[in-house]
Amino acid sequence: MRIFDPHIHMTSRTTDDYEAMYAAGVRALVEPAFWLGQPRTGVRSFLDYFDSLVGWEPFRAAQFGIRHHCTIALNPKEANDPRCVDVLDELPRYLEKDGVVAVGEVGYDSMTKEEDEAFTRQLDLAKEHELPIMVHTPHRDKAAGTRRTLDVVRESGIAPGMVVVDHLNEMTVRMVVESGSWAAFSIYPDTKMDEDRMVRILQEFGTDRMLVNSAADWGRSDPLKTRKTGDAMLAAGFSADDVDKVLWRNPVEFYGQSGRLDLSDLKTDETFEGNSVLRGVRKDA
Amino acid sequence: MTPDDLRAALDLTPQAEEWLSSARAQVADDPARLAVLFPAAGRKVGRGALESLPGWTADDAARALLLDALPRPRAAAASRAYTEGDNAEKRAVLRALPLLGLGDEGLPLVRDALRTNDTRLVAAAMGPYAAAHLDEEGWRHGVLKCVFVGVPLAAVAGLADRADAELARMLGDFAKEREAAGRVVPDDVHLVLTLVDQES
Repeated sequence: MRIFDPHIHMTSRTTDDYEAMYAAGVRALVEPAFWLGQPRTGVRSFLDYFDSLVGWEPFRAAQFGIRHHCTIALNPKEANDPRCVDVLDELPRYLEKDGVVAVGEVGYDSMTKEEDEAFTRQLDLAKEHELPIMVHTPHRDKAAGTRRTLDVVRESGIAPGMVVVDHLNEMTVRMVVESGSWAAFSIYPDTKMDEDRMVRILQEFGTDRMLVNSAADWGRSDPLKTRKTGDAMLAAGFSADDVDKVLWRNPVEFYGQSGRLDLSDLKTDETFEGNSVLRGVRKDA
Repeated sequence: MTPDDLRAALDLTPQAEEWLSSARAQVADDPARLAVLFPAAGRKVGRGALESLPGWTADDAARALLLDALPRPRAAAASRAYTEGDNAEKRAVLRALPLLGLGDEGLPLVRDALRTNDTRLVAAAMGPYAAAHLDEEGWRHGVLKCVFVGVPLAAVAGLADRADAELARMLGDFAKEREAAGRVVPDDVHLVLTLVDQES
């Protein structure tokens, strides 16, 4: 099973995790910029964090045979802190980096005016830099937040296929699928979504434009949840090709829209023929 | 090594050639353009190894040529390209240092790279610029760091000229420490010990 984890915060994880992920089949991942648990107090803290997402962390991942890409953004929670907002002026130079495959995580935490401003500004940046955009949905008042997210995306004029809406559940999946955007699910030990519920959602909504991630970070989470979801899919009667589509080809297709995915020389158990695997992959890598 | 050598070694498609010429003209006209053009170089000209220039890749060479296009004095702009660069961009700035005529002003970048643990940066830092400009203490520690993180000493420019008794002592102690721990001593260590032995 080859696995692309489209959302995992490796900065918070250990080398043991990298080894276990490789053993489970993970060969590529995307680390979205988010908050670190401890609030930042200024722009410089963001820059050091972004620098590590395009510098040290990809090097660390490569030591374990895993290709690291990232997304860059001012996250919704810290968009509310006036000491942090000026980081928006620094984003354009990061959005030109090879390893940056989307703008994200953006969206809503508490749906404030400040979050609205940061969200719309970053949707404009995604359009300017021709990058996909990764949208976080709030943990509280999720259905209302997701509906408002989809309204803002629609008003922005960005193509729905360039948007992934993350942390979905049974209450929010349908509206995202109907919008034409990509639907992503964070499989957690006991909160957002679990692997059996995920299997039922895939049975109901199919495997098109569906992304499964571990969203593992510094909280209670499990970087092997992608693999466990693949196993649960097989146990429920999905084919190996279905699993490959959800856990590899879908994230490659979504982030491949950046034109910056570098999956050259990766050692995977399986090889697949056909253009879909290579779509959007750097030609010159 | 001159910018002309790099240009000659780059085997570019007409499209990539046009991008590079235009990018150089833009940077010469407005150094601030480097912030957008420098990161894009790998996507525009490729990242393959250059056959006629061992150790150089197409993106490194293109980035070195962008830095070469900067109007003088260029230390501030080159430092900024390093500081704001991802690790591929940082490596390119380090590789380009001997071409840029910066005097000692590139040394803070070399020292920064030698503090990292990214082997690509450590290797690039110990090129001809470090051989010509880095003080003895800093240079010896750079060599030791290469051995320590597994960078082959073939990456170190001027090794035969600069290796001295103090470096041999440091590497000898390193070898003893490794042996005491039952760990492998890299062959490169013996190479340097032999070099110094022959000189004295």
